[in-house]
Amino acid sequence: MNRSVVLDLSKLPPHGLGTASLTWWGTLAFMLIEGTGFALSIVVYLYLMSLAPHWPLDAPPPDLLPGSGLTALLIVSLLPNMLIARWARQQNLAKVRIGLVIMSLLGVAPLFLRVLEFPAMHISWDQNAYGSIVWVMLGLHTTHILTDLVETLVLTCLMFSKHGDNPRRYGDVSDNAMYWNFVVATWLPMYVCLYWIPRL
Amino acid sequence: MIVRDEVEDLRDTALDEVQLDRRLSETWSTPTGLWGALSTVDHKIIGRRYIYTAFIFLALGGILALAMRLQLSEPEARFIGPDRYNQIFTMHGTNMMFLFAVPVMEAMAVYLVPLMVGTRNIAFPRLNAFSYWMYLAGGLLLWIAFAVDTGPDVGWFAYVPLSGPQYAAGKRADIWAQMITFTEVSALAVAVEIVVTVLKQRAPGMSLDRIPLFVWSMLVTSFLIILAMPAIMIASTALILDRLVGTHFFNPAEGGDVLLWQHLFWFFGHPEVYIIFLPAVGMVSTIVATFTRRPVFGYLAMVMALVTTGVLAFGLWVHHMFVAGLPRLGESFFTASSMAIAIPAGLQIFCWLATMWAGRPVFKTPFLFVIGFMVIFVIGGMTGVMVASVPFDTQVHDTYFVVAHFHYVLVGGAVFPLLGAIYYWFPKITGRMMSETLGRWTFGLIFTGFNLTFFPMHILGLQGMPRRIYTYQPEMPWSGLNMFISLSAVILAAGFLLFFIDAIRSAASGPAAPDNPWGASTLEWATSSPPLPYNFARLPVVGSLEPLSNNSETLSVAGGLSVDRRELIVTSVVEALPEARESSPGNSIWPLWSALATTVLLIWSIFTPWAVVWGSIPVSIALIGWFWPKGTPEDDT
Ligand code: HEM
Ligand SMILES: [Cu+2]
Repeated sequence: MNRSVVLDLSKLPPHGLGTASLTWWGTLAFMLIEGTGFALSIVVYLYLMSLAPHWPLDAPPPDLLPGSGLTALLIVSLLPNMLIARWARQQNLAKVRIGLVIMSLLGVAPLFLRVLEFPAMHISWDQNAYGSIVWVMLGLHTTHILTDLVETLVLTCLMFSKHGDNPRRYGDVSDNAMYWNFVVATWLPMYVCLYWIPRL
Repeated sequence: MIVRDEVEDLRDTALDEVQLDRRLSETWSTPTGLWGALSTVDHKIIGRRYIYTAFIFLALGGILALAMRLQLSEPEARFIGPDRYNQIFTMHGTNMMFLFAVPVMEAMAVYLVPLMVGTRNIAFPRLNAFSYWMYLAGGLLLWIAFAVDTGPDVGWFAYVPLSGPQYAAGKRADIWAQMITFTEVSALAVAVEIVVTVLKQRAPGMSLDRIPLFVWSMLVTSFLIILAMPAIMIASTALILDRLVGTHFFNPAEGGDVLLWQHLFWFFGHPEVYIIFLPAVGMVSTIVATFTRRPVFGYLAMVMALVTTGVLAFGLWVHHMFVAGLPRLGESFFTASSMAIAIPAGLQIFCWLATMWAGRPVFKTPFLFVIGFMVIFVIGGMTGVMVASVPFDTQVHDTYFVVAHFHYVLVGGAVFPLLGAIYYWFPKITGRMMSETLGRWTFGLIFTGFNLTFFPMHILGLQGMPRRIYTYQPEMPWSGLNMFISLSAVILAAGFLLFFIDAIRSAASGPAAPDNPWGASTLEWATSSPPLPYNFARLPVVGSLEPLSNNSETLSVAGGLSVDRRELIVTSVVEALPEARESSPGNSIWPLWSALATTVLLIWSIFTPWAVVWGSIPVSIALIGWFWPKGTPEDDT
């Protein structure tokens, strides 16, 4: 078959940013998958609650302090997260480096509060179905914090390496920031569910 | 060392066709040898592997089916004992659904979608490699467990409490649950790749209303996978936790609930049927268009029907639980929605019939399978509307009527189109034609064998024969029909055998296929058979729904791409306007290491929860190896 060139693409940028980036869309798709998982875990919680004669089953409502502290911390972390996304867009290496170090610390800090959240539930996973679902919900969210933390640490190393100053890496940084927003956003309904629904 | 040209960043516009092919081959080829095979990210090589593997699982599942038919051929037969029979029907169902039907549809998409949208590789090609290895590992896990008498024996939907810690001692149910994790991870990965490939990598000009129907069907299917599969992942994880660390999700004594399992399973399980069926619909549309020599009647209606089916698929799951005793209003709702889904299905059938009516059908083998599909699927749809009514379902629930129904839907609705699709795309994939004579015989044997095998099962079911029984007494009025069914199954098996013989023989020595043997109009036929590693030397530019039919002598293409790195075009979602040239990741062994590390973690975690902690270390290392830039032109812009 003959080919006739009807379109010249030589002037296109060699890498897409934002919605022209494939990884941006991939991240979105994975967020949809995991978001469905989070939503279903809440549905399971509510389903079990609807069956129970009283709720929480055989336990007092969870202590508010660690969970609320973690929620506050996550919300605060959104500010530097927003900034790092902006710096990545500006391709400002020095600021992105600083931002990544801060975000790494902000990924570690919630883990300390999370460790306190499990005992604050006053129930163990193997006592009853209520214990099972709250542990699984906390666990599910913790794996997401951990995943993003590892990703942030790797990106931090990358940005301090010779591979750092590159539009592709800045794209990775902003996708990672988007993912952290997701980790924070999914926590909010889970927080309401875990800590406030038992108090209704 | 290849000496790079003086010109930094060489573009295809500077090269003639011969030079261009040489340069692109250098950039895109998979090296020969074992290492090359293990590290390739070419969607065609991976897609082919996926297809072969899925068909091997089809054959294995078929052998199990024959074993069941042997055992049931006469009353009180002694070929297979009750325990082994439990494993066999569970293995057959699980294998057919999770290792054959879903993966084979995704496999076809992995191979075809990038070609049909006119790009050079699937989005996230390394994820694609990873997904294949995960799929293979999950399949091996299930079959090796079966070989050592630890195959799951709790039915393909593994209802609790039977599959829970109390009644299913040992590791059989865990094998089932963890096989789910493997196959769902791989299915989800492919779904993400397809979604991004379709949304962002279409050829310039391929606006939403110019997307081939098969590609549409795979896009909708991928969204179904993304929204449905998390439910079964949660369910199977909860099951493993109940069994391993003593959680109580499904234990009513401690506030859990057995119906929770059914809800989660069928919230996935019903869409699963459409995950298998919608790609088949896309295949049928493609074949109908080609062999009637005209576009499918009602393109917009077809797309809307696909999307509607996808949405409705999530409102139907409870019809699998009618006998579980649910509130009356709930049942009415689910009956209504179950019947409503017949509307888009009927609409599509009418569009195909209209196309055939208006066109001049050419009755080649692929088209024969399409006709077989229509006949069988309509019967399956009719029994489907029957079992959607609660009183009727209560009667035939768990009988052979249901076995007959879902084989009509699954085999008629998916396997027939799939076989047609294999005959249709075989020349593209292998560069050789399959035999038309053997194809007709194959179709005849399979069509006859299928109906003779499965139609009588309706009657057996109405006569009260329960499913999942390993034998029955001679007093029961079932033995004549059972013998008839088992003999018919041999005809069916002969048809499949002939298909495999034809495929293997033709792949080795069939007549060479031209680029476009059927005179089809979609882009995969605009390149050589089989396609070169880079799919298209110059990426096509699309101006209509049928890019090859308007002016079949010349293909409009785009120029200006780099040949020094693997490069493709990113286009906008709606209109497919070019947005960027983008690099596509090169071959890498890390997806294999990542899959191996994940396999170790998942299998180990059947035995101890600590596997999740320790096993995640090698997984992380492998993933870092995967994503760390290696200084190639693809990594650094
Ligand atoms: C082509 C030849 C096939 C034959 C002869 C066959 C035969 C059978 C039989 C006899 C059973 C009932 C076992 C029992 O209840 O005791 C069964 C169950 C089943 N089959 Fe097939 N089958 C075939 C193909 C397929 C295909 C292609 C699929 C899926 C795409 C499939 C999916 C299933 C499922 C899901 C079950 C239910 C398993 C369970 O009860 O857990 N079968 N098959
Ligand atoms: Cu259903």
